Amino acid sequence: MNIFVLVKRTFDTEEKIVVSGGKIQEDGAEFIINPYDEYAIEEAIQKRDALGGKVTVVTIGGEDAEKQLRTALAMGADEAVLINTEDDLDELDQYSSAYILSEYLKDKEADLILAGNVAIDGGSGQVGPRLADLLGINYVTTVTSLEIDGTNVKIVRDIEGDSEVLETSLPLLVTAQQGLNEPRYPSLPGIMKAKKKPLEELELDDLDIDEDDVEVKVETVEIYLPPQKAAGRVLEGDLSAQVKELVNLLHSEAKVI
Amino acid sequence: MMQTENLVFLEELREGVRAVCKRFDGAYWRKLDEIDGYPTDFVEAITQAGFLGALIPEQYGGSGLGILEASVILEEINRSGGNAGACHAQMYTMGTILRHGSLAQKERYLPKIADGSLRLQAFGVTEPNTGTDTTNLKTFAKREGDHYIVNGQKVFISRVEHSDLMILLVRTTPKDQCVKKSDGLSVLVVDLNEAVGNGLEVRPIKTMMNHATTELFIDNLKVPVENLIGEEGKGFRYILDGMNAERILIAAECIGDGRWFIERATKYAKERVVFDRPIGQNQGIQFPIAQAHIHLEAADLMRIKAAELYDRHQACGAEANMAKLLAADASWEAANVAIQTYGGFGFAAEYDIERKFKETRLYQVAPISTNLILSYVGEHILKLPKSY
Ligand SMILES: Cc1cc2nc3c(=O)[nH]c(=O)nc-3n(C[C@H](O)[C@H](O)[C@H](O)COP(=O)(O)OP(=O)(O)OC[C@H]3O[C@@H](n4cnc5c(N)ncnc54)[C@H](O)[C@@H]3O)c2cc1C
Ligand SMILES: Cc1cc2nc3c(=O)[nH]c(=O)nc-3n(C[C@H](O)[C@H](O)[C@H](O)COP(=O)(O)OP(=O)(O)OC[C@H]3O[C@@H](n4cnc5c(N)ncnc54)[C@H](O)[C@@H]3O)c2cc1C
Repeated sequence: MNIFVLVKRTFDTEEKIVVSGGKIQEDGAEFIINPYDEYAIEEAIQKRDALGGKVTVVTIGGEDAEKQLRTALAMGADEAVLINTEDDLDELDQYSSAYILSEYLKDKEADLILAGNVAIDGGSGQVGPRLADLLGINYVTTVTSLEIDGTNVKIVRDIEGDSEVLETSLPLLVTAQQGLNEPRYPSLPGIMKAKKKPLEELELDDLDIDEDDVEVKVETVEIYLPPQKAAGRVLEGDLSAQVKELVNLLHSEAKVI
Repeated sequence: MMQTENLVFLEELREGVRAVCKRFDGAYWRKLDEIDGYPTDFVEAITQAGFLGALIPEQYGGSGLGILEASVILEEINRSGGNAGACHAQMYTMGTILRHGSLAQKERYLPKIADGSLRLQAFGVTEPNTGTDTTNLKTFAKREGDHYIVNGQKVFISRVEHSDLMILLVRTTPKDQCVKKSDGLSVLVVDLNEAVGNGLEVRPIKTMMNHATTELFIDNLKVPVENLIGEEGKGFRYILDGMNAERILIAAECIGDGRWFIERATKYAKERVVFDRPIGQNQGIQFPIAQAHIHLEAADLMRIKAAELYDRHQACGAEANMAKLLAADASWEAANVAIQTYGGFGFAAEYDIERKFKETRLYQVAPISTNLILSYVGEHILKLPKSY
């Protein structure tokens, strides 16, 4: 099995995020592997361990993303590829990311490509499906179970609280949903082995991509934080008075009944 | 100076430990503190991830790292708000076996200690009537055929209920028959699964902090002679030569605690507003935090110096002892500063400060009390008359 995993470095949305000048401030933000990509990495490692083969993790980004690749190697991936666009591109969008990845992957004969269902920063969930489309292979999103038997694949996918069972075949791209597995953390031997694993760095030139081919098609108009949640209100009085007041407020203030 | 490559690795190591600790948050440790529970899940996780096998050579299934790396692992556990005291013995108690055990003993124990299938978490030295005066200990092992018959009593022996093996220091030759009082002591490996109920009685001691410590009553306990480590009568030396490693590791735990306290106190001092301004704007709050931070950084330098000497196989007794004292004092100062900064909330369990405050206080007394470090430095470094 020749397995590839798409990995994105994102800021940690559990930490404090500061927006200023229409941009998320990178200073002081914590950066992590997109959590959905962790499920993808874990699944790739498990499939490789069961079926043999190799796991390559791929990211597009800057020098800083090397750290997330090292973590993936420490978890158990075999090789890592950093497509460094730092010097060539100011911006990336779903279109350009999928295009760059497809140029990298088109002659790699991947049997299985795994990605996260969404990246928690942009949240579009488009890169995986777009990439599969460009490569001309099958794809299934939000998978919670993946069984491979030869080239036959049985999948359970999450459909908003319900699940759907599908059958398809390799080569295939899937995007991982929470519940697919419990991602491991890097072990100490894993961290030590990762030091010796190959990490290849490519630039657009190496992929014969012209900057004009990857001009972004999405324009970001504004970035802002969600409004602060107002403090709750505690109703007073005996129970029946409170219920009365609640119904009243739902009607007159919240206007939901 | 450390090489860049090494610094990168230490950073990865820190992050690796943090990733494990992240799954065991304040609420996890708080709950255990409330019920005096042992952090079994945490210890399993950190063992499975291989971090406690750091010091075990690769040929025995460990990672063969130095004391600096090992100390960083324990530091990060405490820095994350956890308590490495629950598991540190698994990391270093095996040193006695590694340095002085026979090949057969090493092959029998070390791989399983590295993968966690054997827990070597207990280390039995202290006795109720002799305390710090270790060579005076009374527990006696009498050889009978291919067994030792052990009788005596130990106190404050931690994690016995959560361990498969215990390293036990006993007297094998009565003191009055020895040339030196440090002769005649021996180290035995006790299989706790066999011993408990068959000559070994374990009674938990309730303490100020959650530490799973116990009292041991040893009554005709049979220990196979093959469980003797090294030579009979040389046990005290074997224990002593593990002390520098222990001092450095404990210093690192203190540094981890100290950093946790400083981070918490700093954050709280920025956010808490009374008298219309953040309390951290008052020098009465700000300066003690800054002072504690400075002391902590200085202690950390001594700990790194000691660790680097140790890893180069150079004499480090002075540095290791001084690092332990400086770090324990610095973490205690930081604890005090944190609880003061938090005002009343420092005493409320849900903020974790009071829990860590209790935990870090222990380092002034155990595993080695501060006074004994002062007497070591006075006698061995400054060549003052021995004071005890
Ligand atoms: C929670 C906890 C866990 C522990 N876990 C273990 C364990 O797993 N295994 C183990 O073997 N032990 C363990 N200990 C024991 C610990 O190592 C001892 O408590 C410590 O060595 C001090 O011995 P003591 O309590 O008998 O105090 P004592 O020896 O009675 O000393 C009391 C005080 O007098 C001071 N003192 C003694 N002699 C001198 C001197 N000559 N000069 C100046 N001051 C002196 C000491 O510094 C101390 O402050 C643990 C203790 C605690 C509290
Ligand atoms: C066990 C316990 C029992 C209590 N019982 C009672 C009770 O029965 N009744 C009652 O009313 N209260 C009680 N209290 C509350 C206690 O009086 C307060 O905790 C105390 O006054 C500090 O207030 P605070 O906790 O809000 O700290 P904060 O006001 O938030 O202060 C935090 C820290 O900042 C310092 N600080 C604040 N402003 C300044 C400044 N301008 N300059 C320098 N330093 C500053 C404080 O000294 C403190 O160290 C109790 C508290 C505890 C822990």
